[in-house]
Amino acid sequence: MSRYLIPLVVFLALVVLLWKGLSLNPREIPSPLVGKPAPAFSLPQLYKEDEKISPEDMKGKVWVLNVWASWCVSCRAEHKVVTNFVKKDGVDVLGLNYKDYGTEEYGDAAKRWLVQFGNPYSKIAVDADGRTGINWGVYGVPESFVVDKKGIIRYKFTGPLNQKNIDEKLVPLITQLRAEEG
Amino acid sequence: MDYMNKKLLTFMVGLLLTVLTSTAWSGIEVREFDNKEQEVLYNQLMFELRCLVCQNENLAASNADLAKDLRDEVYEMITVKKLGEKEVKDFLIARYGDFVLYKPPVKKSTWLLWFGPFVMLGLGLVILLMVTRKNKDKKKEAPQLDKSKREDIRKLLESEGED
Repeated sequence: MSRYLIPLVVFLALVVLLWKGLSLNPREIPSPLVGKPAPAFSLPQLYKEDEKISPEDMKGKVWVLNVWASWCVSCRAEHKVVTNFVKKDGVDVLGLNYKDYGTEEYGDAAKRWLVQFGNPYSKIAVDADGRTGINWGVYGVPESFVVDKKGIIRYKFTGPLNQKNIDEKLVPLITQLRAEEG
Repeated sequence: MDYMNKKLLTFMVGLLLTVLTSTAWSGIEVREFDNKEQEVLYNQLMFELRCLVCQNENLAASNADLAKDLRDEVYEMITVKKLGEKEVKDFLIARYGDFVLYKPPVKKSTWLLWFGPFVMLGLGLVILLMVTRKNKDKKKEAPQLDKSKREDIRKLLESEGED
């Protein structure tokens, strides 16, 4: 009996292992920044270039940093979801315009993009050379970070946000973080 | 050496060179360093650090935009901030995690990765031993036949031969 049982068990274990492997996304790399203070920056704002914006300004609020660019195709896909998220759930979403506005290649494409698709962001920081992106561990736009009242990153999502992810993960998390003390 | 041999040799040398240089640089920026150590460290890191966009390429080989930015960042860390190997790696690990290293450090979460193959090898050896031992035992248990049974078999074989 065990003559057939053992290979069968081994085979089934392999099937489970490989099946699980198929459902994993190799592009999702866990960020070491979760649980750490949001990396500081002081960047010009898209519509007020002489005014700087920094994560310090957001202290005491639960907010989301959404990294986007006009050249990023999946940002378009995500944009409606983000807009809806801001409207419906009243979340403060800060945009980080990544290697886009003010660069030689893209000029003011970001502004035209916002005119075309709408602007859900409370403020937009311009990271033209991408160094703030590196500090935040950005490697594939779009990316989104949830930051708590104390300025600690609590969650990171790589790739375009979808409604399911917002309803199941972001909204409950933000509700929980808002209840925490600042 | 006749003509054909020479041609073949040229071809083989060419092939060898192609193979040898295939892991070389794709992102070529001309860099200047203060000293030889910096240059060696930079070159070493380019091969040890992974591009996070094209995950099967190191920073040296990748054409991705992010890889170029990271090359610039590493260059600046080495030449301007005068950082050593560990500090540069720590900077990137703090932002991108161990994944940025092609050779992950040995720690609890990577034990399976490092030692898994040896465990599998050991397991294979154990199974091999078990199987061979079992077969050995079987040989020992060769049927002991008494005389009358042997006679029966001999008759049976002979009758088969008559058909």
